[in-house]
This record gives sequence, C-alpha cells and structure tokens, in this order.
Amino acid sequence: MVTRPGQKPETIGTIRNERIVEKLVEAEKVKGRSLWQDAAGRFTRNRAAVAALVTLLAVVIFTLLGPFIAQWSNEEIDWARMGDIAGQGGPSIETGHYFGLDEVGRDLFARTIQATQTSLIVGVIGALMAVIIGTLYGAISGFVGGWVDNLMMRTVDILIAVPYMFIIILLMVMFERSFLMLFVGIGVVSWLEMSRIVRGQTLSLKHREFIEAAQAAGVGWFTIVRRHILPNLMGVVVVYATLLVPQMILVESFISFLGLGVQEPNTSLGALISKGASTIIYGTIWQLAWPLVFFLLTIISLFFIGDGLRDALDPKER
Amino acid sequence: MLRYILRRLLIAIPTLLILIIICFLLMYAAPGGPFTSERPLPPQVLANIEAKYGLNDPLPVQMWNYVVGIVTRFDFGPSFIYKDRDVNDIIAQGFPVTLTYGTISFVIATLVGVSLGVLAAIRHNTLLDYIAVGATFSAQALPNFVMAPILVIIFTWQLGWLPGGGWNGGQWQYVVMPVIALSTSYMASIARITRSSMLETLHSNFIRTAKAKGLSTRTIIRRHAMKPAMMPVVSYLGPAFVAMITGSVVIDLYFSTGGIGQSFVNSALNRDYAVMLGVTILYGTLTIIFNLLADVAYAWLDPKIRY
Amino acid sequence: MALLDVKNLSVTFDTPDGQIEAVKNVSFHIEPGECLGIVGESGSGKSQTFMAAMGLLAENGTTGGTVDYDGHDLLHLTPEEHNRIRGDQISMIFQDPLTALTPHMRIVDQMAEVLHEHKGLTGARARALCLEWLTRVRIPEAERRLRQFPHELSGGMRQRVMIAMAMLCNPRLLIADEPTTALDVTVQAEILDLMVELQKQEGTAIALITHDMGVVARMCDRIQVMRLGEFVEQGPADEIFHAPKHDYTRMLLRAMPRIDEPNKGKPLVPVTDRSEPILKVEDVKVHFPVRLDQGLFGKTVPLKAVDGVSFDLYASETIGIVGESGCGKSTLARAVLQLIPPTLGSVSWLGKPIVGLPRKQMIPYRKDLQIVFQDPLASLNPRMTIAASIAEPLRTFQPGLTSRQRKLEVAAMMEKVGLDQRMINRYPHELSGGQNQRVGIARAMINRPRLIICDEAVSALDVSIQAQVIDLLKDLQREFGLSMIFISHDLSVVREISHRILVLYLGRAVELADRDAIYGDARHPYTRALISAVPVPDPRIEKTRQRIKIPGELPSPLDPGASLRFLTSKLAAGDRNYVPEFRKVDVQHWVAEHDPLEDLLEQKAV
Repeated sequence: MVTRPGQKPETIGTIRNERIVEKLVEAEKVKGRSLWQDAAGRFTRNRAAVAALVTLLAVVIFTLLGPFIAQWSNEEIDWARMGDIAGQGGPSIETGHYFGLDEVGRDLFARTIQATQTSLIVGVIGALMAVIIGTLYGAISGFVGGWVDNLMMRTVDILIAVPYMFIIILLMVMFERSFLMLFVGIGVVSWLEMSRIVRGQTLSLKHREFIEAAQAAGVGWFTIVRRHILPNLMGVVVVYATLLVPQMILVESFISFLGLGVQEPNTSLGALISKGASTIIYGTIWQLAWPLVFFLLTIISLFFIGDGLRDALDPKER
Repeated sequence: MLRYILRRLLIAIPTLLILIIICFLLMYAAPGGPFTSERPLPPQVLANIEAKYGLNDPLPVQMWNYVVGIVTRFDFGPSFIYKDRDVNDIIAQGFPVTLTYGTISFVIATLVGVSLGVLAAIRHNTLLDYIAVGATFSAQALPNFVMAPILVIIFTWQLGWLPGGGWNGGQWQYVVMPVIALSTSYMASIARITRSSMLETLHSNFIRTAKAKGLSTRTIIRRHAMKPAMMPVVSYLGPAFVAMITGSVVIDLYFSTGGIGQSFVNSALNRDYAVMLGVTILYGTLTIIFNLLADVAYAWLDPKIRY
Repeated sequence: MALLDVKNLSVTFDTPDGQIEAVKNVSFHIEPGECLGIVGESGSGKSQTFMAAMGLLAENGTTGGTVDYDGHDLLHLTPEEHNRIRGDQISMIFQDPLTALTPHMRIVDQMAEVLHEHKGLTGARARALCLEWLTRVRIPEAERRLRQFPHELSGGMRQRVMIAMAMLCNPRLLIADEPTTALDVTVQAEILDLMVELQKQEGTAIALITHDMGVVARMCDRIQVMRLGEFVEQGPADEIFHAPKHDYTRMLLRAMPRIDEPNKGKPLVPVTDRSEPILKVEDVKVHFPVRLDQGLFGKTVPLKAVDGVSFDLYASETIGIVGESGCGKSTLARAVLQLIPPTLGSVSWLGKPIVGLPRKQMIPYRKDLQIVFQDPLASLNPRMTIAASIAEPLRTFQPGLTSRQRKLEVAAMMEKVGLDQRMINRYPHELSGGQNQRVGIARAMINRPRLIICDEAVSALDVSIQAQVIDLLKDLQREFGLSMIFISHDLSVVREISHRILVLYLGRAVELADRDAIYGDARHPYTRALISAVPVPDPRIEKTRQRIKIPGELPSPLDPGASLRFLTSKLAAGDRNYVPEFRKVDVQHWVAEHDPLEDLLEQKAV
C-alpha cells in the first residue's frame, strides 16, 4: 500500500522514462537566463558604461598597435632636435614625433605608449594581488567565524589605521626600487578593504538558507565553499576588482610623481605627468597634456565600467 | 555612549603601539643606515656616531627607548642628518602649515561634497543630477598631483592671478591653489557617496511614512533622511582624511609651501630614518584619532550603537 | 456623500521590461465611518491603489482616472496641497512596523511633528497629546516610551505607535496596508481590536488592505476582492463570505484553511503503526550566548532558544509545531537535524542517538532527514539551475549516477511535485514563489527521505498556492510513507496537515495533543489564547467570538521570569527557577503545569 523508501529509484518504468526523455529533449530548447546573463543585459543597456568599455578597449588596442605606427623607439634620442625642444619638439606629423619630444629628446609618442602599458599592468596586477589576498583572507575569516574571524578582522582594523602611503614610500626608499618592490608595496596594503567586503558578503551568505540546505544534503564544507559561496561572491569581487584597478594606477602614479616609483628607463603615466608638470615653465605643454589625456581616459573609463558593473551585479538591484 | 568612546580609545592605544613598532622594525630591517653614504666613514668615526645615537644597543632596548621617548616626552629623537635639529623641531616647523590648508581642504571637500550629493539625490534623474554625476566622475580622476600642475597653468601662467608657490605666512592667495588641488577628487568622492546613500535612504520605508504624514520635502530631508544618509559618508571621512594628509606631501612639494611633506620627502631621499619615522607615526596618530572621531560621529548618527 | 470616491483609477509602472499595469481602471468609494476591506493576493495591485491616492507611488509610476476627496482630486494636487490633507485628514499605516518608523528619532519627536505640521501645536501641549494617544493605543509605560527610539520597542508596540501617530489629527480616513501581517497572532488580535475600537469612538473610516480573509471577516463592513489589478467582486461582507459570486472569491475562500473546519483539502493518511517511534527527541536544549550591554565590555548570558523539549514521531506521521516568533521552533528543527548542535539532550533516529556525531558519520543519516525552508527564493542558490539544486543531494548519496541518470531522476521528481520538466534549465529568479517552493520540496524528496521538516514552508506563499503545496505534501506522505515535522506560526495551516500538535512557548513545550483534541479541548491558557486569537474567515462567527487575552506582551526570552508567565503563583512564591512539569492529562495529551486561566486573567501585566 505504501511505498517504502527503501525501494530503488531505478524502478521508474520504461514507458515513463521515454516520456520524460522526450520532455527533456524539449527542455534543451528552453534555456534559463543565469544571473550573469541578466547582468550582462543590464550592463549593455547602460550607455555610459558601454562607451567607457569601448574607450578603454581603444586605449588598450592603441598601446598594443602603437609601437608599429611609431617612427621612433622609446629609447632613441632625437639628437637633431634635443637642443631646442620647446621650439622644434612639439607634436608634428612631419618629424614623426606625433606627440612631440620629452625633456631629454625622446619620442613622447613611444614614451606614452610605454607609460600607459606600465600603468595598466601595474593597475591590473596590483588589483589582482589585492583581490586574491583579500578574497582568500575575507572568505576564510567569514566562513570559519568565531575567534579566528575576530583575530583576523582585528588585525585588519589595526593595519587599516596605518597610513599606508608612507609605508610604501618607506619601502621604496629603504629597499631597492624595483617593479617587484612596487607590487609588494601596493599589494601589501590594498587587500585590506577587499578582505572586509568579502568577509561581510561571506557572513551574509553563510546564513542564507541555501547553504543550510546544502549542509542538510550532506555536502562537505569544501564543496559548499566551492559550489555555493565562491560563485556568489564573484559579483562583488568583480565589481571591486574593477574599481581597484584605477585606484592602483592612482597609487602608482602618486609614488612615481614623487620620483619614488618606476625608475628610468622605464616609465609610467605618473612619472610622465610629473616630468611634464615640472617642465611646463619652458612652454612644453604637450609633455604634460598627452600623458594626462591617456591617464584621464583610462581612469575615467575604468570608473564608469566599475560603476556600470556595480549597477548590473549589485544584489540590491535584483 | 561614553562607554563606547572609552572602548574605542582602549583599542586605539594598542593600535598606535603596533604602528610604532612596525615602523621601527621596518627601519631596523632597512639595508644600509643613514651613515653608509657614498664616501665611507672611517670605522672608528662610524662606531662613535652609532654609539651616540644608540644604534649599538640590542634591538629591544632601542625600541624600548624610542617608544618610551615618544610616550612620555613626545620626543621622536634627534635627526640623523641635521646635527643641530631634532625631529620635533622639524615637525614643529612644517606641521602647522600642512595642518592649516589640510583642515581647510577637508572642511571644504566635506561641505561642498555633501551639499552637491544631497542636491543631486533630491533632483534625481534631472539635468542637474546628470551634470553632477558626470562632473564628480571626472573630478575623481583628478588627484592632487594632476590638479596642481593644471591649476598652475591656468591661474599662474595664463591668468597670472595667483602665485605659483610659497606660503608667505598663510596669506590667502597662497592657500587657494593647495586647497583646490588637495580637495577636488575627495569632494567628488564624497558627493558620489552622499548621492547614492541619500537615494537609498529616500527609498526606505520610514521616508514613505514621513511623506504619508504630510511633511514637506525640506522637513523630510532635514529631519528624517539626513542622519541615516550621512552614515556611509562618515565612514568614508576617516580614510578620506588620511588620504588627504598623505596627499599633502605632493602639495607641499609642488607648491613649496614649506609644509611637513617637504621634510618627509627630503628625509626619504636622504635616508634620514628618524624624521621619516617621526612623520609616519605622527600621521598614523592623526589617522587613529580621526578614525576614532568618525566612529563616535557614526555612533551619534545611529542610535542602535550602544555597545 | 462618499468620503473618498475613486473613478477609473489606473496605475502603470515603467520598467526595463516594458510597462506594467498594476491597477486597471478600478472604481470604488468609501463612506464616512465604514470599514472597507480590499482583499487580494500578492501582485493584485491592492496596495498601489492607495499609494496612488496618497501620492506615494514610486518615481516610475503614472496614474489615470480620479480620486476625489472632499472636492479635491488627489491625483492632481501639488505636493504642498497634498501635504495639507495627508497626515491630517487621511493617514496611513504600513505593513512592516520595523522599518516604517525613522530609526534615529525618538517616538515623541516623530509624533509631535505631525501636530506641528498640521495643527501648529508644539512643546508641552503637543507632548501631552502624544502621551494621551500612546495611552489610548494601550502602550504600557507610555511616558517612558515617548523618549525611546523605535528599535527599543517590540514589533507590536511599534505598530501601536504607528496607529497613535496616524490618529493624532483625528483623520476622517485611515488607510491600513497589511497592518498585522508582520505580527504574531495574539498581537494581531489586539491590534485589530484596537482599530475597531478607535473606529467606533472617532468615527474614522478605515480602508483595510490585506490578503487575509480572516482579518477581513473580523473587521470589514464591505469588501472589494482584487485580482491582477482589477476588482472581481464587491459587496457587503456577509454576502461575499456566504454567497460569493465570482469563481476567484470562491477559490480564495475554499483555499483558506480554517481553524474551525479542518480537512478542507485532501484527507490525512491515518498513522497505522504506533509501536515504535522513528524519531525520539528528549529534553533538547539549545542555548546561544548573547552579549548584553553591561559593564565596559558587555557580558554574555545564555539565550535559551530551546529549553528542554521532548517528543516522539512515528512513521507516516506529521507533528505540527506552533508558537509565536522567538518560541524556538526553527531552532528546534535545526537541532533535530544537527544543523545546530544541541547544548543538551538527545535525538535518536531509528533508535540510534545522533547528537554529537562527527560531520562525516552524520552524513548517512542526512539521506533520511531533510528540510524545506520558509523563503523559497533564499533557499535556492541563485547561480545554479533548479535542476542542479534538485540534483545536489543525489551527488552526495548516489555518486555513481551518470549525469543522464541524474537528469532523469530530477525530471521524474519534478513531475511528482508538479513542476513542468521543461523548466529544468531555469534559474530560481525566473520562477514564482510557489514554483520555487516545489523545487525546494523536490530537492528534499529526491533521495526518498523518511522524514521531512517543513520550516514555515508555506508561510511566504499566497493562500491559493499554499493550499496546493499542502495537498502536495499530503500526497507525498501517502505515496512514500513520509513522516513530517511541520513548523508554522499559522494554527489553521498546522491543523490542516498535522496528526498531532506541539505548542511551544519561549523554548518550552506547553501542550502536546492530537490535532482535534488541541483545538477542541485545549487545556493550557497559552494554547487557548492562541487559538482564540486566530481569525476565522466568516464574519458571522468572527464578529461574535469571545477572545481570551492574557495580560501583557510576549516577554523577552532573556527575562528570567518570562517562562513562568503562566505559573505566576510560583513566581510570587519567589521560586524563579522553577521548571513547570509536563503532565499527561489524557491519552496522547500532555500539558505543562500552569495556574488556572481565571487567575491569570485577573492579574495585571507581568
């Protein structure tokens, strides 16, 4: 009379089986829209964000293709014109210096491309470090909870009160100035905010009922983190990572402006802006203008993209 | 409330100590001291100097002396480079300048940023809102080291209205550009945070209740929406203040104000660790104090904080 | 002449997915001093109708038609003109008392500003009037409450403050939007009584917006039934309930479970085998540490969420667990499943104790013990397709299955719970609440468990959907011989589905009995108060029913005397730590020790 739970599920009759298979074939045609697809839809409807994305892509493509257009390399010095940069070193198509010359007679077009590449790389790698360290730290702190969480978060509280820019400067002064040191310096400090955000998200996720449902289904904690927590953290992480990139570029530029960041012959937008700013008294305004244009384009478009992503992915919008 | 402040203070003290220790250890670990210059000193002279500055004592003793000096006498020790001045002199000379325009910048950034943000939120989806959003976005990308040269080009080279640098005892012409350069991007950030938090507040249930009570928009904003909308802004003000005083290094350098940033960068380039350490700890202290103030302000805004 | 005359009102919202017509051309009127009920399920547009009249629509909403009040068309007033009417002549109270009051303002300030705005009253006179109204809505210690912040008051008290605030200017119309939905039944009963009383004394007309036919039956003279933005039926309360003309109204009345009339849905399967319980819960306690604001660093005290509960459960049996918010019913469910480790006590499954088992050893038991949650959307991972969610327990317990076999299993189970298999690739946010709850049930059922715990599993659903889900659970019980623990705050629903019922009060069991015995022969004062507070969807019965009101609000579980609220004689004797005995009074009927009801009714609030 009553089916015992012990009976095997494979006793589903063959005829019924066939009917279900038929329905399943039909189901293949009905695709659900995942949250990511939804978000992509919202993002593409946001005109400002799309325009910013196009701008950023244009900047990136420019830095990749630019070297093939450039007439001069970034290291060559135009000995013919270096004596009178203010007079002859301006941007010009005839001389092949599309953006003019820098203060020692190098081609600013090539230098700007080099600087933009450096800044973008620093920004992306810096943000990546912050995201990896911050996400791991925050997720562990939030998921484990208890005194571990307490200890980990008090540590962040204390570290966040340290004026980190000074620490970076200290590091840059005390140790050899290199890319590695720069990344270490930026990475060491920038993950703090990220870890707080991720922890908060993890905590609220942890108490969601679908996590409890997974526990009740006997799913192991590692699988819970992998299958349920991390995918749901991705939205927040992506948004903040996007917003971190311009911040990292700003930090690097700041340090380079002080002359403590990227060292010659390498350069970054901050370093170029610094040089350009110190030479405007000689009337070489292009030395400030070109790096500044690329700096602003990059930063502003990243801001808009980050904002667009937040609107598209923010749980509140759902 | 009093208990809350007291507890925050109790947390601030170890934070400060840890900050001092981290900085001290960094300095200790740094390769090469201030006296390992290009022209090596005779070993005997070096030993004498190091003994004079206490650099021969074991690490814990050095650290202890340093911490005790700061805590009991507010004494950051002597400069390694300038034989006749100690760190306190250097700070006393430059800090008031930085503090003056730093405070002005902070107040202006907060007042203008908040007003702009509130206005944009009230006029949501109007032309004014769009202009404000666009302007704040662009302005956020104009950090001090970008603003400073732009301002100089416009106001000094083109218009000739303002002096391109110097301090001159804080005469207003000398203060204007440092303040604008320092505050613009933070003003923009504050405006953006205010706008989004005000928008969120205006959509909450208790605002609906206030509207149903027949209150005017002005009353609703002032009495009901302002406090909750300010909560994220207040949390941002702590970090913003820190970022601004850090940014003052650029301002001091670019406008030659004679502020403490100049001493800091000089000491950094000269490996005068004592001055660097002193300035870092000073700014760290300011940071902690300011975060404490922000926390207290936050507790005042949120009656639920009573722990 | 009608007080409020609505003609051809329509409300449209502009959304990214196109225009949505929330209200379509509705016309109605409200007479002075009457109580009009607007009933409908979620999405029927009942709230938006009145939001439009109050000028409170969201920015993307537009209106058509007219709403005439006293010669003004409310839809076309300037905000300044509207502000002279709303709050003064028309006022409104809202569903969620937790968020409807401004969190950073003291009660007195929030109330007095209404008087200032509309009557020009300030200072001591305004304060005196506020105090008078707080007293009239029967808030204990009104003087002290004036100076408090909203978060310091309980939900019921906040709603009283809302009512007092709305009544300050003696409005001619009070719009109440689901005023009691977020409250416990006993509190709901008191708030409704209060509204009836004020309506009589002040002659205020009330527009009551609700989904609950029981509430309407108790309160309203006339009723408008709303569905998908339109009125489907209107008329005097008695007619609507006793001679409904529209199919939808009939369906609503049929679907609504009634505490006085069980077995409206499919019949329950009787329990045949009571020889050996499959689940034994003995003296389970769950205590949480809570930080109190005492001393510099606060101090930690145990919150006794569940404080010694025992019961047995037999094969194919459903036990209903009822109680108000904070009684520990959800915590008890999680303690049974070992999702929260019990502080003390034992739980045995088929004779084997499972408390304190390490995670790994608990896993085999999880195949038999499953849970369905309250919030259908929150209980599904938003980034997984519903098929992946349903299949998750299969991956743990039948890892050998190929993905094709898993898919077949999932599809078969979807059919069982009434889900179209074509939805297999859908995501939770694309489904309705009822469909998502079926997904949750399918996930719980996929391994053919022997026990399912339903934690408020139908509370978030509309009545019509609720009835379907309950029938589904009964079907599954019949087919698979399932046992269930059905947790709910809704006594009518529990009666519909359970064989036996356990009543919890602040972490302790107060009564356990057969379902008919508990409703027909309740012994404990708390059970009796609870049952008498449940509204019945029948105005003839509802308007004459006598209610048992135990003085005082539901106390805080941290209050040490709280658990002796029904045994105040021991409290008076100074025996604060006394634990009331759970006594057997009849076959299958246990009652906690208590003072006689008459004694309790006489005393003042504890």
